[in-house]
Amino acid sequence: MCLGIPGQITAISDADKLMAKVNVSGIVREVNIACIVDEEHTVEQCVGDWVLVHVGFAMSRIDEEEALHTLRLLDELGELQQELDAMEASGVRA
Amino acid sequence: MKFVDEFRDSQKAQYLKQAIHNLAQQIEPTLSRPLQLMEFCGGHTHTIFRYGIEQLLPDCIEMVHGPGCPVCVLPMGRVDDAVNLAIRPEVIFTTFGDAMRVPGSTMSLLQARGKGADVRMVYSPMDALNLARQNPEREVIFFALGFETTMPSTALTVLQAEREGIKNFSLFCNHITTAPTIKAVLDEPDLMLDGFLAPGHVAMVIGLQPFEFIARDYYKPLVITGFEPLDILQALWMLLKQIAEQRCAVENQYARVVQPTGNKAALNAIHQVFATREHFELRGLGSIDHSGVGMTANYSGFDAERKFAVKPLTVIDPKECQCGAVIKGLIKPWECQIFGKACTPETPMGALMVSSEGACAAYYNHGYRSAAA
Ligand code: SF4
Repeated sequence: MCLGIPGQITAISDADKLMAKVNVSGIVREVNIACIVDEEHTVEQCVGDWVLVHVGFAMSRIDEEEALHTLRLLDELGELQQELDAMEASGVRA
Repeated sequence: MKFVDEFRDSQKAQYLKQAIHNLAQQIEPTLSRPLQLMEFCGGHTHTIFRYGIEQLLPDCIEMVHGPGCPVCVLPMGRVDDAVNLAIRPEVIFTTFGDAMRVPGSTMSLLQARGKGADVRMVYSPMDALNLARQNPEREVIFFALGFETTMPSTALTVLQAEREGIKNFSLFCNHITTAPTIKAVLDEPDLMLDGFLAPGHVAMVIGLQPFEFIARDYYKPLVITGFEPLDILQALWMLLKQIAEQRCAVENQYARVVQPTGNKAALNAIHQVFATREHFELRGLGSIDHSGVGMTANYSGFDAERKFAVKPLTVIDPKECQCGAVIKGLIKPWECQIFGKACTPETPMGALMVSSEGACAAYYNHGYRSAAA
């Protein structure tokens, strides 16, 4: 529950509600980006960001290399699949 | 196990392991007993077991697996309250998967579903809000659980519900706070801890300041760390270095994610929606001052406890369960009299067997099934 999974923001789906599409290993879902937006980093600037996704919320920006490394590790452990299944099973799909 | 071997061969891991052993050699002559280092967070417990990190450590280091798994410290009475909410015919009760199997005094949420309650597993609190939008004639309750890591997500979901004027959505709030829980562990007279690995994703939200009392008032070194095996090895090395140098400070191994002041937007949302409760019960630890949050008066319309007049139940754990002693590090899981017998991941009696982040499930799943292991 408390771990995050890295994904890349591909588009803003609803700027008012601060919702964006995030691609996690090929699965796209909507996440809330309220925690990574501020005056210096606007909603539009989030597109392309790698973020740590945690129960449907982007909690922190991370660098791409770091993100890919984590994804590889999770993949080896089979935990990536579990997380992707949970994402897919949940109703909110982009 | 391929990943374990790969990890063991990795140069960085070897290097860190060597550095830890060098420091340990330096410290060992000054010790009268092994060093006890607590990883507070269940996520760390999970990594430590998956990668066999304990086996890489010198004998003079003992890892104590702390209470930092929200599912594991959920009191039975709260599960009963959740079940009572879930069986109301107008309610769709939503929860993260981890919480489904936690035993209550009569049944778990999963068993309640078997008896006809509308209990649904969600990946995110936003999924629950979505269900509320789609089912305006029903009451959708989200079982809000977790330390500060999950608090922003539930707070932001409530704020969104408020903006949209959604009235059939509420939280059954069981969020807990990290610092008071660590304080309770530190105040435990029988515990002799020498240092902490602190949860990186909690610190990502709250920053470093809330941990400072541990170094300042309790003279314990603490390192905030990430969740990969190399993060944990590096953090252990940093912890030993503080011990060797007789320092105690809050250090941040996870600087790539954790900013010293935390996440402003997340904290704002938390402070808007939640307020500290006087006391909250944590399973195995009892009532701890200021360890939980409830919803502020402004958001009472989204508070399932008020909306459905929940009268909190207190249920004493079965006598044979020794979860409390395990959480405090006083006994190892296999020393619990029912470990691996009456209590297994298939038939958990205590919450530490339910989640893969619980110490008992971790030991059980990784083959430590008896004291001889
Ligand atoms: S074996 Fe079961 S009852 Fe005993 S401490 Fe572990 S979870 Fe609790």
